[in-house]
Amino acid sequence: MTLFAQASNQPIIVWDWIGRNLGNIWDKTLEHIVLTVIAVVVGSIISVALTFIALRWHRTYQPITWVTGLLYTIPSLALFMLLVPYTGLSMLTTEIGLVLYTLLILVRNMVTGLDEVPIEVLDAANGMGYTPRQRFFRVEVPLALPVIVSGVRLETVTVIGLVTVTSLIGLGGLGFFILRGLQTFSSPIGTTQIFVGTALSIVLAVAFDLGLVAVERVLTPWQRRKAG
Amino acid sequence: MPMIDLRGVTKRFPGTTQDAVGDLSLSVDEGGIVVLVGPSGCGKTTTLRMINRLIEPTAGEIDVAGRPIGSLPAHELRRTIGYVIQQIGLFPHRTIAQNIATVPSLIGWDNQRIEERVHELTDLVAIERSMLDRYPSELSGGQRQRVGVARALAADPPVLLMDEPFGAVDPIVREHLQRELLDLQSRLHKTIVFVTHDIDEAILIGDRVAILNTGGVLEQYATPAELLASPVNQFVSDFLGKDRGIKRLSLLPLSNAVLDPGPSVQRTDDPHAAYAAMAEDGVDWVLVLSGESILGLTRRGSLSDVASVGDAVLEPFTTRVDASETFREALDSIISSNSRYTAVCDGERLMGMLTAASISGQIAP
Repeated sequence: MTLFAQASNQPIIVWDWIGRNLGNIWDKTLEHIVLTVIAVVVGSIISVALTFIALRWHRTYQPITWVTGLLYTIPSLALFMLLVPYTGLSMLTTEIGLVLYTLLILVRNMVTGLDEVPIEVLDAANGMGYTPRQRFFRVEVPLALPVIVSGVRLETVTVIGLVTVTSLIGLGGLGFFILRGLQTFSSPIGTTQIFVGTALSIVLAVAFDLGLVAVERVLTPWQRRKAG
Repeated sequence: MPMIDLRGVTKRFPGTTQDAVGDLSLSVDEGGIVVLVGPSGCGKTTTLRMINRLIEPTAGEIDVAGRPIGSLPAHELRRTIGYVIQQIGLFPHRTIAQNIATVPSLIGWDNQRIEERVHELTDLVAIERSMLDRYPSELSGGQRQRVGVARALAADPPVLLMDEPFGAVDPIVREHLQRELLDLQSRLHKTIVFVTHDIDEAILIGDRVAILNTGGVLEQYATPAELLASPVNQFVSDFLGKDRGIKRLSLLPLSNAVLDPGPSVQRTDDPHAAYAAMAEDGVDWVLVLSGESILGLTRRGSLSDVASVGDAVLEPFTTRVDASETFREALDSIISSNSRYTAVCDGERLMGMLTAASISGQIAP
Protein backbone atom coordinates (compact mmCIF):
# COMPACT_ATOMS: atom_id res chain seq x y z
CA MET A 1 0.00 0.00 0.00
CA THR A 2 1.42 3.38 -0.94
CA LEU A 3 0.56 6.98 -0.32
CA PHE A 4 1.95 8.48 -3.48
CA ALA A 5 4.59 7.66 -5.98
CA GLN A 6 7.95 8.99 -7.18
CA ALA A 7 8.67 9.56 -10.85
CA SER A 8 9.92 5.98 -10.98
CA ASN A 9 6.52 4.92 -9.73
CA GLN A 10 8.02 3.75 -6.50
CA PRO A 11 6.16 4.67 -3.27
CA ILE A 12 7.93 7.10 -0.86
CA ILE A 13 6.33 5.84 2.31
CA VAL A 14 5.69 2.19 2.80
CA TRP A 15 2.99 2.13 5.46
CA ASP A 16 3.14 -1.63 5.73
CA TRP A 17 6.74 -1.41 6.88
CA ILE A 18 5.69 0.91 9.68
CA GLY A 19 2.95 -1.49 10.69
CA ARG A 20 5.33 -4.40 10.71
CA ASN A 21 7.97 -2.56 12.76
CA LEU A 22 5.84 -0.85 15.42
CA GLY A 23 7.59 -2.75 18.20
CA ASN A 24 11.02 -1.71 17.04
CA ILE A 25 9.94 1.88 16.48
CA TRP A 26 8.58 2.00 20.03
CA ASP A 27 11.84 0.58 21.43
CA LYS A 28 13.97 3.11 19.57
CA THR A 29 11.70 5.95 20.63
CA LEU A 30 12.08 4.88 24.26
CA GLU A 31 15.83 4.61 23.79
CA HIS A 32 15.84 8.11 22.33
CA ILE A 33 13.95 9.43 25.34
CA VAL A 34 16.22 7.62 27.82
CA LEU A 35 19.40 8.90 26.13
CA THR A 36 17.98 12.42 26.12
CA VAL A 37 16.78 12.43 29.71
CA ILE A 38 20.07 11.02 31.03
CA ALA A 39 22.06 13.63 29.10
CA VAL A 40 19.84 16.50 30.25
CA VAL A 41 19.82 15.40 33.88
CA VAL A 42 23.57 14.72 34.07
CA GLY A 43 24.32 17.88 32.07
CA SER A 44 22.12 19.90 34.43
CA ILE A 45 23.84 18.52 37.51
CA ILE A 46 27.31 19.28 36.12
CA SER A 47 26.13 22.72 35.02
CA VAL A 48 24.82 23.49 38.51
CA ALA A 49 28.24 22.58 39.88
CA LEU A 50 30.05 24.71 37.28
CA THR A 51 27.66 27.60 37.92
CA PHE A 52 28.29 27.31 41.62
CA ILE A 53 32.05 27.48 40.96
CA ALA A 54 31.64 30.40 38.59
CA LEU A 55 29.55 32.37 41.10
CA ARG A 56 31.75 31.52 44.05
CA TRP A 57 35.02 32.32 42.29
CA HIS A 58 34.19 34.93 39.69
CA ARG A 59 37.52 34.58 37.90
CA THR A 60 36.61 31.05 36.86
CA TYR A 61 33.57 32.15 34.87
CA GLN A 62 35.49 33.21 31.75
CA PRO A 63 37.57 30.00 31.53
CA ILE A 64 34.44 27.92 32.11
CA THR A 65 32.63 29.62 29.23
CA TRP A 66 35.71 29.31 27.03
CA VAL A 67 36.03 25.58 27.59
CA THR A 68 32.33 24.81 27.32
CA GLY A 69 32.14 27.11 24.29
CA LEU A 70 35.04 25.32 22.65
CA LEU A 71 33.36 21.97 23.27
CA TYR A 72 30.22 23.37 21.68
CA THR A 73 32.08 24.30 18.50
CA ILE A 74 33.50 20.81 17.87
CA PRO A 75 31.44 19.14 15.15
CA SER A 76 29.33 16.52 16.90
CA LEU A 77 30.40 13.69 14.61
CA ALA A 78 34.06 14.46 15.24
CA LEU A 79 33.55 14.63 18.98
CA PHE A 80 31.92 11.22 19.09
CA MET A 81 34.68 9.73 16.95
CA LEU A 82 37.31 11.25 19.25
CA LEU A 83 35.72 9.54 22.23
CA VAL A 84 35.39 6.09 20.71
CA PRO A 85 39.08 5.07 21.18
CA TYR A 86 38.71 5.74 24.92
CA THR A 87 35.23 4.61 25.81
CA GLY A 88 34.34 2.37 22.88
CA LEU A 89 31.02 2.05 21.12
CA SER A 90 29.03 2.34 24.30
CA MET A 91 26.27 4.21 25.97
CA LEU A 92 28.95 5.97 28.02
CA THR A 93 30.49 7.42 24.84
CA THR A 94 27.09 8.57 23.68
CA GLU A 95 26.27 10.23 26.97
CA ILE A 96 29.67 11.89 27.40
CA GLY A 97 29.28 13.47 24.01
CA LEU A 98 25.71 14.59 24.61
CA VAL A 99 26.45 15.96 28.06
CA LEU A 100 29.42 18.00 26.82
CA TYR A 101 27.14 19.76 24.37
CA THR A 102 24.66 20.75 27.06
CA LEU A 103 27.12 22.58 29.28
CA LEU A 104 27.59 25.83 27.39
CA ILE A 105 23.91 26.72 27.13
CA LEU A 106 23.05 25.62 30.64
CA VAL A 107 25.93 27.27 32.48
CA ARG A 108 25.49 30.47 30.52
CA ASN A 109 21.76 30.60 31.22
CA MET A 110 22.15 29.75 34.88
CA VAL A 111 24.79 32.41 35.42
CA THR A 112 22.88 34.97 33.34
CA GLY A 113 19.60 34.18 35.08
CA LEU A 114 21.17 34.66 38.50
CA ASP A 115 23.03 37.78 37.39
CA GLU A 116 19.87 39.37 36.08
CA VAL A 117 18.03 39.31 39.40
CA PRO A 118 17.33 43.03 39.94
CA ILE A 119 19.80 44.69 42.26
CA GLU A 120 17.03 46.43 44.24
CA VAL A 121 15.40 43.08 44.95
CA LEU A 122 18.69 41.80 46.35
CA ASP A 123 19.10 45.00 48.35
CA ALA A 124 15.61 44.62 49.78
CA ALA A 125 16.25 40.96 50.59
CA ASN A 126 19.43 41.89 52.46
CA GLY A 127 17.68 44.75 54.20
CA MET A 128 14.82 42.48 55.33
CA GLY A 129 17.32 40.18 57.01
CA TYR A 130 17.69 37.20 54.72
CA THR A 131 20.86 35.24 55.31
CA PRO A 132 22.92 34.81 52.10
CA ARG A 133 21.71 31.22 51.80
CA GLN A 134 18.05 32.13 52.31
CA ARG A 135 18.39 34.92 49.78
CA PHE A 136 19.91 32.55 47.23
CA PHE A 137 17.30 29.83 47.49
CA ARG A 138 14.21 31.91 48.18
CA VAL A 139 14.87 34.91 45.97
CA GLU A 140 17.64 34.45 43.44
CA VAL A 141 16.90 30.93 42.24
CA PRO A 142 13.15 31.45 41.79
CA LEU A 143 13.75 34.68 39.89
CA ALA A 144 16.39 33.05 37.69
CA LEU A 145 14.08 30.15 36.85
CA PRO A 146 12.60 31.53 33.62
CA VAL A 147 16.08 31.99 32.12
CA ILE A 148 17.27 28.64 33.46
CA VAL A 149 14.24 26.81 32.12
CA SER A 150 14.70 28.41 28.71
CA GLY A 151 18.25 27.05 28.78
CA VAL A 152 16.96 23.59 29.63
CA ARG A 153 14.45 23.80 26.78
CA LEU A 154 17.10 24.79 24.27
CA GLU A 155 19.41 22.10 25.59
CA THR A 156 16.74 19.39 25.44
CA VAL A 157 15.80 20.17 21.86
CA THR A 158 19.48 20.22 20.91
CA VAL A 159 20.10 16.84 22.56
CA ILE A 160 17.09 15.24 20.88
CA GLY A 161 18.56 16.25 17.54
CA LEU A 162 22.07 15.12 18.48
CA VAL A 163 20.92 11.68 19.62
CA THR A 164 20.14 10.84 15.99
CA VAL A 165 23.83 11.43 15.21
CA THR A 166 24.98 9.07 17.95
CA SER A 167 23.46 6.20 16.02
CA LEU A 168 26.79 6.19 14.16
CA ILE A 169 28.54 5.00 17.31
CA GLY A 170 25.98 2.48 18.40
CA LEU A 171 23.11 3.82 20.42
CA GLY A 172 21.11 6.43 18.62
CA GLY A 173 17.42 6.01 19.32
CA LEU A 174 15.44 7.10 16.31
CA GLY A 175 18.71 7.87 14.52
CA PHE A 176 18.88 4.17 13.92
CA PHE A 177 16.14 4.45 11.31
CA ILE A 178 17.67 7.50 9.67
CA LEU A 179 21.03 5.75 9.38
CA ARG A 180 19.45 2.58 7.99
CA GLY A 181 17.40 4.61 5.58
CA LEU A 182 20.48 6.43 4.31
CA GLN A 183 22.22 3.10 3.69
CA THR A 184 19.31 1.98 1.49
CA PHE A 185 18.27 5.37 0.28
CA SER A 186 17.07 4.36 -3.14
CA SER A 187 14.51 1.90 -1.85
CA PRO A 188 11.04 2.82 -0.61
CA ILE A 189 11.83 1.12 2.68
CA GLY A 190 14.83 3.46 3.02
CA THR A 191 12.84 6.63 2.56
CA THR A 192 10.19 5.31 4.91
CA GLN A 193 12.78 4.74 7.60
CA ILE A 194 14.25 8.23 7.16
CA PHE A 195 10.75 9.63 7.36
CA VAL A 196 9.88 7.73 10.54
CA GLY A 197 13.16 8.61 12.29
CA THR A 198 12.98 12.27 11.38
CA ALA A 199 9.28 12.78 12.06
CA LEU A 200 9.32 11.08 15.44
CA SER A 201 12.47 12.97 16.43
CA ILE A 202 10.70 16.24 15.64
CA VAL A 203 7.60 15.11 17.51
CA LEU A 204 9.73 14.27 20.53
CA ALA A 205 11.46 17.66 20.44
CA VAL A 206 8.16 19.52 20.22
CA ALA A 207 6.61 17.39 22.96
CA PHE A 208 9.51 17.92 25.34
CA ASP A 209 9.56 21.64 24.62
CA LEU A 210 5.84 21.99 25.29
CA GLY A 211 6.20 19.89 28.44
CA LEU A 212 8.94 22.18 29.72
CA VAL A 213 6.89 25.26 28.91
CA ALA A 214 4.12 23.76 31.04
CA VAL A 215 6.59 23.10 33.85
CA GLU A 216 7.82 26.68 33.62
CA ARG A 217 4.29 28.03 33.84
CA VAL A 218 3.63 26.02 36.97
CA LEU A 219 6.92 27.05 38.58
CA THR A 220 6.66 30.75 37.73
CA PRO A 221 3.03 31.79 38.17
CA TRP A 222 4.00 35.45 38.54
CA GLN A 223 5.26 35.50 34.96
CA ARG A 224 1.77 35.09 33.56
CA ARG A 225 0.21 38.04 35.30
CA LYS A 226 1.67 41.31 34.20
CA ALA A 227 -0.08 44.58 34.68
CA GLY A 228 -2.13 45.49 31.63
CA MET B 1 18.54 57.99 75.52
CA PRO B 2 18.61 58.30 71.73
CA MET B 3 17.16 55.41 69.73
CA ILE B 4 19.90 55.70 67.12
CA ASP B 5 23.29 57.08 67.96
CA LEU B 6 26.16 57.61 65.51
CA ARG B 7 29.50 58.58 67.01
CA GLY B 8 32.43 59.58 64.85
CA VAL B 9 31.26 57.42 61.96
CA THR B 10 33.52 57.41 58.91
CA LYS B 11 33.23 55.46 55.69
CA ARG B 12 35.85 55.36 53.00
CA PHE B 13 35.19 52.97 50.14
CA PRO B 14 38.13 50.92 48.88
CA GLY B 15 39.92 52.59 45.99
CA THR B 16 38.74 56.10 46.82
CA THR B 17 40.76 58.93 48.29
CA GLN B 18 37.92 60.85 49.91
CA ASP B 19 35.64 59.82 52.74
CA ALA B 20 32.07 59.12 51.70
CA VAL B 21 31.08 59.94 55.25
CA GLY B 22 33.50 61.79 57.49
CA ASP B 23 33.48 61.66 61.27
CA LEU B 24 29.71 61.94 61.53
CA SER B 25 28.02 62.14 64.90
CA LEU B 26 24.26 62.25 65.02
CA SER B 27 21.61 61.05 67.39
CA VAL B 28 17.99 60.37 66.70
CA ASP B 29 15.48 60.48 69.54
CA GLU B 30 12.93 57.76 69.97
CA GLY B 31 9.74 58.44 68.04
CA GLY B 32 11.26 61.16 65.88
CA ILE B 33 11.70 61.49 62.14
CA VAL B 34 15.15 62.63 61.13
CA VAL B 35 15.70 63.51 57.50
CA LEU B 36 19.16 63.27 55.98
CA VAL B 37 19.29 65.66 53.06
CA GLY B 38 22.03 66.95 50.82
CA PRO B 39 23.35 66.98 47.27
CA SER B 40 24.40 63.75 45.59
CA GLY B 41 27.67 62.49 46.96
CA CYS B 42 26.93 63.78 50.46
CA GLY B 43 26.87 60.27 51.89
CA LYS B 44 23.26 60.33 53.04
CA THR B 45 22.41 56.90 51.64
CA THR B 46 25.74 55.51 52.84
CA THR B 47 24.96 56.79 56.32
CA LEU B 48 21.51 55.17 56.24
CA ARG B 49 22.90 51.86 55.04
CA MET B 50 25.48 51.80 57.79
CA ILE B 51 22.69 51.81 60.38
CA ASN B 52 21.43 48.39 59.25
CA ARG B 53 24.92 47.21 58.32
CA LEU B 54 24.34 46.96 54.59
CA ILE B 55 27.57 48.98 54.64
CA GLU B 56 30.12 48.54 57.38
CA PRO B 57 31.70 51.77 58.66
CA THR B 58 35.46 52.24 58.38
CA ALA B 59 35.53 53.84 61.81
CA GLY B 60 33.15 54.97 64.51
CA GLU B 61 30.32 53.45 66.48
CA ILE B 62 26.62 53.09 65.88
CA ASP B 63 24.10 52.08 68.54
CA VAL B 64 20.48 51.19 67.92
CA ALA B 65 18.21 51.00 70.96
CA GLY B 66 21.23 51.34 73.21
CA ARG B 67 23.12 48.39 71.74
CA PRO B 68 26.08 48.46 69.37
CA ILE B 69 24.81 47.22 65.99
CA GLY B 70 27.71 44.76 65.83
CA SER B 71 26.43 42.93 68.92
CA LEU B 72 24.26 40.57 66.87
CA PRO B 73 24.55 39.03 63.40
CA ALA B 74 23.72 41.47 60.59
CA HIS B 75 20.69 39.53 59.36
CA GLU B 76 19.19 39.45 62.86
CA LEU B 77 19.77 43.18 63.31
CA ARG B 78 18.06 43.88 59.98
CA ARG B 79 14.95 41.95 60.98
CA THR B 80 14.45 44.49 63.76
CA ILE B 81 14.83 47.50 61.45
CA GLY B 82 12.29 48.33 58.74
CA TYR B 83 13.82 49.17 55.37
CA VAL B 84 12.17 51.00 52.49
CA ILE B 85 13.99 51.95 49.28
CA GLN B 86 13.14 54.10 46.29
CA GLN B 87 13.02 51.18 43.86
CA ILE B 88 10.85 49.43 46.47
CA GLY B 89 12.40 46.04 45.67
CA LEU B 90 9.26 44.00 46.14
CA PHE B 91 9.85 40.33 45.40
CA PRO B 92 8.32 39.88 41.92
CA HIS B 93 7.72 36.17 42.47
CA ARG B 94 5.78 36.62 45.69
CA THR B 95 2.21 37.78 46.09
CA ILE B 96 1.53 41.03 47.92
CA ALA B 97 0.54 39.07 51.03
CA GLN B 98 3.77 37.05 50.87
CA ASN B 99 5.80 40.21 50.34
CA ILE B 100 4.30 41.86 53.39
CA ALA B 101 4.85 38.69 55.40
CA THR B 102 8.57 38.55 54.58
CA VAL B 103 10.06 39.36 57.98
CA PRO B 104 7.36 37.64 60.08
CA SER B 105 8.03 34.47 58.06
CA LEU B 106 11.78 34.84 58.54
CA ILE B 107 11.42 35.11 62.29
CA GLY B 108 9.03 32.18 62.44
CA TRP B 109 5.60 33.54 63.24
CA ASP B 110 2.79 31.00 62.83
CA ASN B 111 0.53 31.30 59.82
CA GLN B 112 -2.49 32.61 61.66
CA ARG B 113 -0.53 35.38 63.33
CA ILE B 114 1.03 36.30 59.99
CA GLU B 115 -2.34 36.43 58.28
CA GLU B 116 -3.82 38.65 60.96
CA ARG B 117 -0.83 40.96 60.78
CA VAL B 118 -1.00 41.17 56.98
CA HIS B 119 -4.65 42.19 57.18
CA GLU B 120 -3.88 44.75 59.84
CA LEU B 121 -1.15 46.27 57.68
CA THR B 122 -3.20 46.38 54.50
CA ASP B 123 -5.78 48.41 56.43
CA LEU B 124 -3.07 50.60 57.91
CA VAL B 125 -1.46 51.58 54.60
CA ALA B 126 -4.80 51.58 52.72
CA ILE B 127 -4.31 48.70 50.32
CA GLU B 128 -7.39 46.77 49.32
CA ARG B 129 -7.45 43.20 50.53
CA SER B 130 -8.29 42.05 47.03
CA MET B 131 -4.71 43.01 46.12
CA LEU B 132 -3.21 40.50 48.50
CA ASP B 133 -3.22 37.60 46.03
CA ARG B 134 -1.77 39.64 43.20
CA TYR B 135 1.83 39.99 42.18
CA PRO B 136 3.80 43.26 42.38
CA SER B 137 3.79 43.69 38.59
CA GLU B 138 0.00 44.05 38.73
CA LEU B 139 0.13 47.12 41.00
CA SER B 140 0.64 50.82 40.31
CA GLY B 141 3.73 52.64 41.56
CA GLY B 142 1.88 54.21 44.48
CA GLN B 143 0.35 50.91 45.53
CA ARG B 144 3.73 49.21 45.38
CA GLN B 145 5.26 51.87 47.57
CA ARG B 146 2.48 51.35 50.13
CA VAL B 147 3.20 47.62 50.05
CA GLY B 148 6.88 48.43 50.55
CA VAL B 149 6.02 50.42 53.67
CA ALA B 150 3.70 47.66 54.92
CA ARG B 151 6.45 45.09 54.40
CA ALA B 152 8.91 47.24 56.36
CA LEU B 153 6.43 47.59 59.24
CA ALA B 154 5.39 43.94 59.28
CA ALA B 155 7.25 42.74 62.33
CA ASP B 156 6.62 46.05 64.12
CA PRO B 157 10.24 47.21 64.21
CA PRO B 158 10.94 50.23 66.42
CA VAL B 159 13.17 51.75 63.74
CA LEU B 160 12.41 52.46 60.11
CA LEU B 161 15.01 53.40 57.49
CA MET B 162 13.63 55.02 54.33
CA ASP B 163 15.90 55.75 51.38
CA GLU B 164 14.22 58.24 49.04
CA PRO B 165 11.04 56.19 49.32
CA PHE B 166 8.91 58.55 47.26
CA GLY B 167 11.52 59.50 44.68
CA ALA B 168 10.15 57.39 41.86
CA VAL B 169 6.46 58.29 41.97
CA ASP B 170 4.77 61.24 40.31
CA PRO B 171 4.33 64.46 42.31
CA ILE B 172 0.64 63.95 43.09
CA VAL B 173 1.13 60.43 44.39
CA ARG B 174 4.25 61.59 46.25
CA GLU B 175 2.26 64.22 48.11
CA HIS B 176 -0.34 61.60 49.06
CA LEU B 177 2.31 59.22 50.28
CA GLN B 178 4.06 61.94 52.29
CA ARG B 179 0.83 62.82 54.07
CA GLU B 180 0.07 59.17 54.65
CA LEU B 181 3.49 58.67 56.18
CA LEU B 182 2.99 61.58 58.57
CA ASP B 183 -0.46 60.30 59.43
CA LEU B 184 0.93 56.81 60.00
CA GLN B 185 3.72 58.18 62.14
CA SER B 186 1.29 60.13 64.32
CA ARG B 187 -0.23 56.76 65.24
CA LEU B 188 2.85 54.52 65.29
CA HIS B 189 5.61 56.73 66.73
CA LYS B 190 8.44 54.86 65.04
CA THR B 191 11.95 56.20 65.03
CA ILE B 192 12.50 57.02 61.37
CA VAL B 193 15.59 57.97 59.42
CA PHE B 194 14.53 59.30 56.04
CA VAL B 195 16.88 60.12 53.17
CA THR B 196 15.98 62.55 50.40
CA HIS B 197 17.62 65.05 48.09
CA ASP B 198 14.50 67.21 48.11
CA ILE B 199 14.69 69.97 50.71
CA ASP B 200 10.93 70.59 50.55
CA GLU B 201 10.28 66.95 51.38
CA ALA B 202 12.82 67.19 54.21
CA ILE B 203 11.07 70.20 55.69
CA LEU B 204 7.65 68.60 55.36
CA ILE B 205 8.60 65.20 56.78
CA GLY B 206 11.30 65.86 59.34
CA ASP B 207 11.06 66.62 63.02
CA ARG B 208 14.73 67.33 62.62
CA VAL B 209 16.74 67.72 59.44
CA ALA B 210 20.43 66.95 59.00
CA ILE B 211 21.95 68.83 56.08
CA LEU B 212 24.98 67.00 54.74
CA ASN B 213 27.66 68.32 52.45
CA THR B 214 29.88 66.41 50.01
CA GLY B 215 32.01 63.89 51.84
CA GLY B 216 29.40 63.28 54.49
CA VAL B 217 30.07 66.46 56.45
CA LEU B 218 27.22 67.48 58.73
CA GLU B 219 26.58 71.19 58.16
CA GLN B 220 23.54 71.69 60.36
CA TYR B 221 21.22 69.51 62.37
CA ALA B 222 18.11 71.29 63.56
CA THR B 223 14.34 71.45 63.36
CA PRO B 224 12.99 72.70 60.01
CA ALA B 225 11.88 75.98 61.61
CA GLU B 226 15.33 76.60 63.10
CA LEU B 227 17.02 75.78 59.81
CA LEU B 228 14.89 78.17 57.83
CA ALA B 229 15.09 80.91 60.41
CA SER B 230 18.83 80.71 61.00
CA PRO B 231 20.95 78.71 58.59
CA VAL B 232 24.46 78.42 60.05
CA ASN B 233 26.37 79.07 56.86
CA GLN B 234 26.21 79.86 53.17
CA PHE B 235 26.02 76.22 52.12
CA VAL B 236 22.93 75.59 54.23
CA SER B 237 21.32 78.82 53.17
CA ASP B 238 21.99 78.04 49.48
CA PHE B 239 20.67 74.54 49.92
CA LEU B 240 17.50 75.81 51.55
CA GLY B 241 17.01 77.99 48.49
CA LYS B 242 16.13 81.59 47.75
CA ASP B 243 12.53 80.96 48.77
CA ARG B 244 13.53 79.98 52.29
CA GLY B 245 11.26 82.73 53.71
CA ILE B 246 8.24 81.30 51.89
CA LYS B 247 9.13 77.79 53.02
CA ARG B 248 9.24 79.00 56.58
CA LEU B 249 5.70 80.27 56.28
CA SER B 250 4.41 76.75 55.86
CA LEU B 251 5.85 75.82 59.24
CA LEU B 252 4.20 78.68 61.10
CA PRO B 253 0.61 78.00 62.15
CA LEU B 254 -1.90 80.81 62.03
CA SER B 255 -2.94 79.93 65.54
CA ASN B 256 0.03 82.02 66.72
CA ALA B 257 -0.68 84.96 64.42
CA VAL B 258 -1.28 88.48 65.73
CA LEU B 259 -4.43 89.50 63.87
CA ASP B 260 -5.79 92.88 62.91
CA PRO B 261 -9.53 93.69 62.94
CA GLY B 262 -9.11 95.10 59.42
CA PRO B 263 -11.71 97.33 57.72
CA SER B 264 -14.81 95.78 59.26
CA VAL B 265 -18.08 97.03 60.68
CA GLN B 266 -21.25 95.46 62.05
CA ARG B 267 -24.25 95.44 59.72
CA THR B 268 -26.18 97.64 62.15
CA ASP B 269 -23.51 100.37 62.04
CA ASP B 270 -24.22 103.53 60.07
CA PRO B 271 -22.23 104.41 56.93
CA HIS B 272 -20.04 106.90 58.79
CA ALA B 273 -18.51 104.08 60.80
CA ALA B 274 -17.80 102.32 57.50
CA TYR B 275 -16.17 105.44 56.00
CA ALA B 276 -14.01 105.76 59.12
CA ALA B 277 -12.90 102.12 58.90
CA MET B 278 -12.04 102.57 55.22
CA ALA B 279 -10.05 105.71 55.92
CA GLU B 280 -8.16 104.05 58.75
CA ASP B 281 -6.99 101.19 56.54
CA GLY B 282 -6.73 103.18 53.30
CA VAL B 283 -9.18 101.04 51.30
CA ASP B 284 -12.53 101.77 49.63
CA TRP B 285 -14.44 98.76 50.89
CA VAL B 286 -15.44 97.36 54.24
CA LEU B 287 -16.23 93.93 55.58
CA VAL B 288 -19.78 93.65 56.92
CA LEU B 289 -20.24 91.43 59.93
CA SER B 290 -23.11 90.03 61.87
CA GLY B 291 -21.57 89.39 65.26
CA GLU B 292 -18.47 87.40 64.29
CA SER B 293 -19.64 85.99 60.97
CA ILE B 294 -18.86 87.58 57.65
CA LEU B 295 -21.87 88.65 55.58
CA GLY B 296 -19.82 90.06 52.73
CA LEU B 297 -18.13 93.29 51.70
CA THR B 298 -19.56 96.53 50.52
CA ARG B 299 -17.93 99.38 48.61
CA ARG B 300 -17.87 103.12 49.23
CA GLY B 301 -20.25 103.82 46.34
CA SER B 302 -22.95 101.51 47.69
CA LEU B 303 -23.23 103.32 51.01
CA SER B 304 -24.53 106.73 49.90
CA ASP B 305 -28.27 106.02 50.29
CA VAL B 306 -28.46 103.60 53.16
CA ALA B 307 -29.27 104.02 56.86
CA SER B 308 -27.17 101.13 58.06
CA VAL B 309 -24.35 99.24 56.38
CA GLY B 310 -26.37 96.04 56.28
CA ASP B 311 -28.81 97.63 53.79
CA ALA B 312 -26.09 98.24 51.18
CA VAL B 313 -25.39 95.91 48.29
CA LEU B 314 -23.08 93.18 49.57
CA GLU B 315 -20.52 91.23 47.55
CA PRO B 316 -19.21 87.89 48.73
CA PHE B 317 -15.84 87.98 50.46
CA THR B 318 -13.88 84.87 49.63
CA THR B 319 -10.32 85.75 50.60
CA ARG B 320 -10.13 83.70 53.73
CA VAL B 321 -8.11 80.96 55.37
CA ASP B 322 -8.89 78.65 58.22
CA ALA B 323 -7.12 79.29 61.50
CA SER B 324 -5.82 75.69 61.40
CA GLU B 325 -3.69 76.50 58.36
CA THR B 326 -0.31 78.20 58.11
CA PHE B 327 1.00 81.61 57.15
CA ARG B 328 1.79 80.15 53.74
CA GLU B 329 -1.87 79.53 52.92
CA ALA B 330 -2.70 82.99 54.27
CA LEU B 331 -0.14 84.63 51.97
CA ASP B 332 -1.29 82.49 49.08
CA SER B 333 -4.91 83.58 49.53
CA ILE B 334 -3.81 87.23 49.46
CA ILE B 335 -1.67 86.79 46.35
CA SER B 336 -4.15 84.73 44.40
CA SER B 337 -7.16 86.95 45.13
CA ASN B 338 -5.44 90.26 44.49
CA SER B 339 -6.78 91.50 47.82
CA ARG B 340 -4.81 93.32 50.49
CA TYR B 341 -6.43 91.40 53.31
CA THR B 342 -7.21 87.81 54.07
CA ALA B 343 -9.71 86.86 56.74
CA VAL B 344 -8.59 84.24 59.24
CA CYS B 345 -11.64 82.25 60.26
CA ASP B 346 -12.35 79.51 62.71
CA GLY B 347 -15.12 77.79 60.79
CA GLU B 348 -17.58 80.64 60.11
CA ARG B 349 -16.22 82.83 62.89
CA LEU B 350 -13.93 85.71 61.92
CA MET B 351 -10.83 85.75 64.08
CA GLY B 352 -9.22 88.76 62.44
CA MET B 353 -7.36 89.77 59.31
CA LEU B 354 -3.84 89.65 57.90
CA THR B 355 -2.03 91.64 55.22
CA ALA B 356 1.15 90.67 53.38
CA ALA B 357 2.95 93.33 55.40
CA SER B 358 1.70 91.99 58.72
CA ILE B 359 2.73 88.47 57.67
CA SER B 360 6.26 89.50 56.82
CA GLY B 361 6.42 91.54 60.05
CA GLN B 362 5.60 88.47 62.11
CA ILE B 363 8.02 86.03 60.55
CA ALA B 364 11.18 88.11 60.85
CA PRO B 365 13.66 85.89 62.72
